[in-house]
Amino acid sequence: MSSPHDVVITGIGLVSSLGEGPDTHWQKLAQPGQKPVLEASRFAPYTVHPLPEIDWNLQIAKRGDQRQMETWQRLGTYAAGIALDDAGIKGNDELCTTMDMVVAAGGGERDEAVDADILAASEGRNDRDVLLNEKLTTELRPTLFLAQLSNLLAGNISIVHKVTGSSRTFMGEEGAGVAAVETAAARIRSGQSTHILVGGAFQTEHSDMLLGYELAGYLHRGPWKPVWQRQGAEGGGVVSGSGGAFLVLEQREHAASRGRKIYAELGPVVSGRARRARGELDAEIALLLRQAALPDGKLLAISGASGAHAATSAEKAALDANAAISARGFATLTGHMKEAQFPFAVALAALAVDRKAAYPVFDAATEKPFEGIPASVLATAIGYHQFEGMALVNAA
Amino acid sequence: MANFRDHMGRPIVAVTGIGVVTSLGVGKSDNWAALTSGKSGIHPITRFPVDHLNTRISGMVDFLPSSSRGASLLTYELAETAAQEAVGEAGLNSGDFGGPLFLASPPVELDWHDRFALYNSDKQDSGAERLLRVARGLKELDVFETTQFGSIADRLADRFGTRGLPITLSTACASGATAIQLGVEAIRRGECDRALSIGADGSATAEALIRFSLLSALSTHNDDPEKASKPFSKDRDGFVLAEGSGALVLESLEAALARGAAVLGILSGCGEKADDFHRTRSKPDGSPAIAAVRAALADAGLGEDEIDYVNAHGTSTPENDKMEHLSLSTVFGERIGSMPISSNKSMIGHTLSAAGAVEAAFSLMTMRESVIPPTINYDNPDPAIMLDVVPNKKRDAQVRTVLSNSFGFGGQNTCLVMAREPV
Repeated sequence: MSSPHDVVITGIGLVSSLGEGPDTHWQKLAQPGQKPVLEASRFAPYTVHPLPEIDWNLQIAKRGDQRQMETWQRLGTYAAGIALDDAGIKGNDELCTTMDMVVAAGGGERDEAVDADILAASEGRNDRDVLLNEKLTTELRPTLFLAQLSNLLAGNISIVHKVTGSSRTFMGEEGAGVAAVETAAARIRSGQSTHILVGGAFQTEHSDMLLGYELAGYLHRGPWKPVWQRQGAEGGGVVSGSGGAFLVLEQREHAASRGRKIYAELGPVVSGRARRARGELDAEIALLLRQAALPDGKLLAISGASGAHAATSAEKAALDANAAISARGFATLTGHMKEAQFPFAVALAALAVDRKAAYPVFDAATEKPFEGIPASVLATAIGYHQFEGMALVNAA
Repeated sequence: MANFRDHMGRPIVAVTGIGVVTSLGVGKSDNWAALTSGKSGIHPITRFPVDHLNTRISGMVDFLPSSSRGASLLTYELAETAAQEAVGEAGLNSGDFGGPLFLASPPVELDWHDRFALYNSDKQDSGAERLLRVARGLKELDVFETTQFGSIADRLADRFGTRGLPITLSTACASGATAIQLGVEAIRRGECDRALSIGADGSATAEALIRFSLLSALSTHNDDPEKASKPFSKDRDGFVLAEGSGALVLESLEAALARGAAVLGILSGCGEKADDFHRTRSKPDGSPAIAAVRAALADAGLGEDEIDYVNAHGTSTPENDKMEHLSLSTVFGERIGSMPISSNKSMIGHTLSAAGAVEAAFSLMTMRESVIPPTINYDNPDPAIMLDVVPNKKRDAQVRTVLSNSFGFGGQNTCLVMAREPV
């Protein structure tokens, strides 16, 4: 039963190594045997899924704005622009100035050359704190700070796309993406908001972004493998990817009143924080699956599994235990996009619902086919280290 | 029977616990005594060498066990200390809070001391390659945890037994106010009876100082640190980087009274509006800040004439104080000349991600104590932005309602309206 305060998805903006835009992603992912785009040499021994070539001008008209951002912010601003275009909101002053925004963000790119220079100099110096002051005061580009601040992705979206109803940035890896979607949906359901831009971006092609995983040994090394097949391989199982995912969530009656195409309805969004050190992850995943109000019958699941050994095997076990579920681990084809992972999963779920077709298996060895029309699709993000979330996306 | 719903039919949100840490000390009692006696917490930097730095003063919190252990551990300790005070005052079980957590905290980065230690623990190759190789050999998660944006909230959630997925947020210098706003909204939506909202910032590292310094945002009034932060003065020359934390236990009024909790104040309205003008500067007409103030008043159901006092953002930068004057005088009209408006930052500096929460805590105490803390260092008023800033000495006053402003880089504008009593 639909209700006027339902949350519906009316805009999707995607960028990954596969390309950009919802149509491109659907076409590529619906193609059986689609191969991932991999970059195995630049960051060896790590493999990443690199950004495609992007003409930033298409979504960020002013060169001056582009210069104020590093790649992560440009990528997010770009993906947000695609979503706004897709929803017919971009350039509409009234809709933009009343639009709320929740962005899931980490941090931006440091200056690798300056850092490397300081580290090299530190080998011959005992007064490292003085060295830091000496180098940072003279070598840092003043505006780089703004390109690094977490909330400045949202800030740039306000500047470039004029989204100014409200602006909130959530931090905390996949959990930030989950909480962003969950909070946005709750605001719409309660009547606090009529239309919200929500999403995130991750630019992995930077040593600090790899370090963020590797300080706990989370990255997969050696030859690439599909996301479900990395247990026991060298390294920690995560292959990261650059990408971004933004959604326009809208109150059903708001979308209907302006005659917009609706991709799908966003059903329950559930989240949790298992205390994994106490062995709570299996029970937490099971609890979320119960809370997600899964329909009877067979179900397509778009899994955000990262490949991280413990989290991925727990999720796989839970999904495998339900014979009705056919899972698709999209990190096989895009890599793990951290804060953007959950919004990306929800977007892929919405596309399948909208196109009335399931994705073929992304990994023939471990995934099973899904026949028929997926009226509901589950999206998951079980954090590589912490935090968990799921959403059920239903036919509009 | 008390009315538990506000003018829009939503649950009224009460404050039942308050905690605060600033450079003036730990806890409400020490902070309030210092704040109302016009004492400054700004002092010379001792945490790291100040060679080559233009700014050599700050409002760092130097007296906690984690003060010299890096931004992540200090931010955690600041958050925990303030939250412990708030939860204790609310009379709740400090290990089983039973509501969600909203944490405003600074973005995290690998600390330079850790970066140096990792790098110099090996000699093979160089740069990022070496760091990554050393990183994957680490046996402990301590350093890793300091680089995860969700880790501080995760630890706090363990410590206080909060429910569900904790939210860590950043809206730059408005973050503390946003954490409170998220708690208020969760209670109003009926998702929970209580929420723990914390703003904490222990990120005053050398690099943070240098970054703000390169943007010409900081005061360089090094010779007389206590005089450096001078909001609304003609010779104001930037903000003073500081650390601190504020925590509020928010509770639906109905749930608070049902369990016999003392109500310390009411969080009656929140308003926000993003600015699309520039990354660090406000739209010249002040319209986003004006809209945020008006949105907070409307959310609280109060008219312009019903605000007794403004707890200003008042950073002491030339730009902020001018824009804040413009937006307040636009909203409040002629009345602005007779409204007390003071800046806590004149004494504690700018606690960044914590500021909105710290200043909400002080706003609530202002109402409870019927004393308005002064704006100190107001010796040279800026004639272009004349306000009653409660200059230099506290003022006794009955304050029923407070507007607290928070404005930040990235076009963030968030305002809170608090009241002493439920209306």
